[in-house]
Amino acid sequence: MDALLIQLLNGLDKGGAYALIALGLTLTFGTLGVVNFAHGALFMLGAFCSVLFKQVLTISKKVKDESITFFDAYKEQPYLEIWWGDTGAMIIDYAVPISIIMVIPVMLLIGVALERGLIKHFYKRTHAEQILVTFGLAIVLQEVIKMFFGANPIPMPAPDIVSGSAAIGAALGLSDNLVYPWWRLIYLVFAGVIIFSVFAFLRYTTFGMVVRAGMADRETVGLLGINIQKRFTIVFGLATVVAGIAGAMYTPILPPDYHMGMDFLVLSFVVVVVGGMGSLEGAVAAGFLLGMLQSFASLNEVKAIFPGIDQIIIYLVAVVILLVRPRGLMGREGVMEE
Amino acid sequence: MIKSILEKFSLEKNSSVMLVFAAVVLSAPIWLTPFGANYPDLLQKFAIFGIFAIGFNILFGLTGYLSFGHAVFLGVGSYTAVWVFKLFTMNVLPAVMLSVAIAAVFALLIGYISLRRSGIYFSILTLALAQMSYNLAYSVLTPITSGETGLQLSSEDPRYIDSLLGAGVQEGLPATNFFGMSMSGYSGFYFCAIFLILAFYISLKIFRSPYGLKLIAIKSNQKRMLYTGFNTRPYLLSAFVISGMFAGLAGGLMAATDPLAGAERMQWTASGEVVLMTILGGSGTLIGPLLGVGVIKYFENIFSALNETSLREIFNFLPDVVADFLVSITHVFVGEGWHLTLGILFMLVVIFLPGGIMQGVGIFTRYYKKKMTELKSERSVEKGKSQ
Amino acid sequence: MTDKNEFDTLSRRGFLKASVAAAAVGAAPMFFMNNANAYTNAPKGGTFTLGFNVPQTGAYADEGADELRAFKLAVKHINGEGDGGMMNTMKPIVLKGNGVLGKKAVFVTGDTQTKSDAARASAKRMIEKDGALMISGGSSSGVAIAVQGLCQEAGVIFMAGLTHSNDTTGKDKRRYGFRHFFNAKMTGSALGPVLKEEMGTDRVAYHLTSDYTWGWTQEESIKETTEGLGWKTKATVRTPVGAGDFSQYITPILNSGADTLILNHYGKDMVNSLTQSVQFGLRDKMVNGKQFEIIVPLYSRLMAQGAGDNLKGILGTTNWNWALKDAGSKAFVKSFGAEYGFPPSQAAHTCYVQTLLYANACEMAGTFDPSQVIRSLEGFKFDGMGNGETEYRAEDHQCLKDVLVVRGNQNPSNQFDLLEIVKEVPRSQVEYDPAIFGGKLGPYKV
Repeated sequence: MDALLIQLLNGLDKGGAYALIALGLTLTFGTLGVVNFAHGALFMLGAFCSVLFKQVLTISKKVKDESITFFDAYKEQPYLEIWWGDTGAMIIDYAVPISIIMVIPVMLLIGVALERGLIKHFYKRTHAEQILVTFGLAIVLQEVIKMFFGANPIPMPAPDIVSGSAAIGAALGLSDNLVYPWWRLIYLVFAGVIIFSVFAFLRYTTFGMVVRAGMADRETVGLLGINIQKRFTIVFGLATVVAGIAGAMYTPILPPDYHMGMDFLVLSFVVVVVGGMGSLEGAVAAGFLLGMLQSFASLNEVKAIFPGIDQIIIYLVAVVILLVRPRGLMGREGVMEE
Repeated sequence: MIKSILEKFSLEKNSSVMLVFAAVVLSAPIWLTPFGANYPDLLQKFAIFGIFAIGFNILFGLTGYLSFGHAVFLGVGSYTAVWVFKLFTMNVLPAVMLSVAIAAVFALLIGYISLRRSGIYFSILTLALAQMSYNLAYSVLTPITSGETGLQLSSEDPRYIDSLLGAGVQEGLPATNFFGMSMSGYSGFYFCAIFLILAFYISLKIFRSPYGLKLIAIKSNQKRMLYTGFNTRPYLLSAFVISGMFAGLAGGLMAATDPLAGAERMQWTASGEVVLMTILGGSGTLIGPLLGVGVIKYFENIFSALNETSLREIFNFLPDVVADFLVSITHVFVGEGWHLTLGILFMLVVIFLPGGIMQGVGIFTRYYKKKMTELKSERSVEKGKSQ
Repeated sequence: MTDKNEFDTLSRRGFLKASVAAAAVGAAPMFFMNNANAYTNAPKGGTFTLGFNVPQTGAYADEGADELRAFKLAVKHINGEGDGGMMNTMKPIVLKGNGVLGKKAVFVTGDTQTKSDAARASAKRMIEKDGALMISGGSSSGVAIAVQGLCQEAGVIFMAGLTHSNDTTGKDKRRYGFRHFFNAKMTGSALGPVLKEEMGTDRVAYHLTSDYTWGWTQEESIKETTEGLGWKTKATVRTPVGAGDFSQYITPILNSGADTLILNHYGKDMVNSLTQSVQFGLRDKMVNGKQFEIIVPLYSRLMAQGAGDNLKGILGTTNWNWALKDAGSKAFVKSFGAEYGFPPSQAAHTCYVQTLLYANACEMAGTFDPSQVIRSLEGFKFDGMGNGETEYRAEDHQCLKDVLVVRGNQNPSNQFDLLEIVKEVPRSQVEYDPAIFGGKLGPYKV
């Protein structure tokens, strides 16, 4: 029972992460009609914004380790700690959540610049060309990050107070073994809030209404004298921000390295397509479905019956769903079908 | 009368296309020397990936169906070939033939499932099926594929046909051969080159046949085709299988020249590579994919190998200060930075030449022709004046 | 080509004629390629070429960069530049610091991308185009085994870089391949006594294992050791390589009743699974009245940086560490540190030592002919290269030497001081019978 409960929670947790990663991608698909292979790279950029933020916070006074004579070895103490003592230490401890304040404007800027400078010119181009140019962009971004931060993962611990596990089982009067990491729970809530905000933004604001109208019929909206181009720029910026903060908040779970974007790229595409192209609800539903299935497929009891099922479950589900439902779970007709 | 002359002329023209192509391919060891690309392995890779890209182009270039799982057929071809070497004979002919056949079976299966959808849904179906194959080959299917290590020959292999024919037991591993002709080195390249020329010929035939026209019609407007009562599925499926067989052939040749088959050959990045090659060169054109192959493989093998020492040698003729400066700049883009250069190249090509390198070639030749006619007319004007 | 109406009617015979004519043109250079040398890439002129094949892109790029630094340093020392490093401490040594057999060492580099195909392509370029006599480097067992096979066929010596799988010198061993790194079997033997001492004989182990050959061989070796101590094995779970998020594999551990987690992961997988296991509170857990423990059998200092504080106090093994106090290690750390400003990794140490050993073997053999060089490397015993007395075993080309058991440093005194050496397990304890893994070395001459 406990085992099933915790796996259920794990499925939710994974699903939340998948949905959040796929959200920005489906936004760009649905509104701009652009296949963005650089989406993973934007996720990675967000994570490294956070890394950079922490590195700035932890600029340190270096005290040479005199026992080492052949090269410079230091014992480091951040200036922030020297100046502000415990307050400084606390700020460093909270580097990841605080970094969000920096990640949002930086990613918005990057997103707007990319849309204005590059993506805009590819709205009318074929998907193949979109793939090539965004893939090229992803490689360039990746290599630039590698040049500055190296190829190894970088540790980004969560704040000390939430670095351990929450004793959910004990709180609910169930087994003591039912624990779950605080940071993952926070990430799940965080994903929920972001997803909900994006939904609300598109559904209940005039801006969102115009964007949705633009998705349906761009020409007519243009004829009505509305500057849809400007709105699309903002949508791309929004998608970039969502990808960026998703990446930044994920760093305590997955120490970031320059290649992490590529690792998530295929997964996020599968989630989006299973959900149905251009459908936000679909992407969220697909995210949770795939997360849940993957969590349960990884159990040894399941693997004993279907060897290797955990390796292929996501793809298997994608194939089955696309065969049963031609446009994914909630896809609209005519989006990205030619 | 005139019609027959015209026909004869066009025949002449097409055979000259093949003649030029064959001459260019077979003389590659000569004209690639100044580029530092004249060594057997790279030449073989050019030819093999050329076949792979030509095949991919038959599907993508003609029908517009973007498969993201074509590397599976390459991998299947390789595994088949290595197993034939292990079980039957080191002669490459049966191995290559079986690779094509097994790849065709896989292509039929995957094509049958994936072609039920179009657009990006088709792409994701191929991607998903390919990733499943890769993941299983890497882990659970290790008894067949030998997983991460890759399937290699072993001295304990039975090789039934070879041992029947009385091949003596030798110390060490036997080498692949084509009736005694070695498959490593330049002879291996010529063996692959013949297949490349054949593949190009088939692709030429398809591009210029009514069958090819129908595939193009599917690309431009499948709905209209369907409305006219035309069943597109058999055409799509056959194109998919043909291109899968090309990939299988490429995989078989890869194993023939270097008897090893690894799962990573089937990973989505490998499928992505052939997509990039084709688009980079110019999809839907006959030569484009080959140019794309040339560029990417050249980067992967030559650019990645440049290091500070070799750069210094290149800039040796310059004054030290200038040389140091140039080395420090170029250093970023070669060696460990070759990915960066490739990424920038992708972006530049697709931004300025949406039709790939072939579009650049087209622009250049049109410009050249225009200049020539201008020159001619100027000359005739001048002639008129002088008279 | 643009005119699609013009259907092709090229005749088969015309095509064949064309091909034959073109083949005749193309075949011309082949006649110049015949080469009557007794062995592959016999050096001409005053230099001999070494091929350094390391990952420059992908997850192990930093390790590759460190290997390359070590290679360059080794070439310098062989040619008599710099302070000589381990050339001053190696015993016996016939190198004189003037190159090898009167020829200067030069090198070429390439990118393995940590992929077998790319690594083989790169090695082939070095052999076919650049005339490399020896190939070295690499950062994974799959790549090492693939390149080793190639080198055997080509008749070029391969000094394997970082490879820990039993197969490299086990079932896939080759006459032309040598390994300085230790293997999973030796990790198991070295860890055994320390585990017994620190954790007792009554434990229940749970394995998370990378689902590929290296992971399996390590799981097997560790399981053999721990079960030999009297531990029980609760479960062995295979995880996909590059899974990223391992949470779905960690959750079942909480309820399993196991009190020890063994992570048979390397590189990024290790960093991720360790970080996440700690987040799940495993290290704070008490099971069966015992403190829950995590073990990472194979450590790499470079990668360990990514795990940060999660690493502290966790046991594992490593091939070499810069903090070793023997003369050879100190000499190497000194010249590496002076050159680059930081200490070398175990990957760098392996690659440096192997380059020196190869050069020394050529000088000993009096020729670059690999069949002779192999004979002088086989059974070669030496000292002063770190890890004490060392032997390249003739039967399987596995290097036998002391193995380090280390622990993540609780209180590092500087930024490089990540691992604390718990024990230098003597060679006699990690030795094993070379026959147990099968495989054949193959011929000296190819």
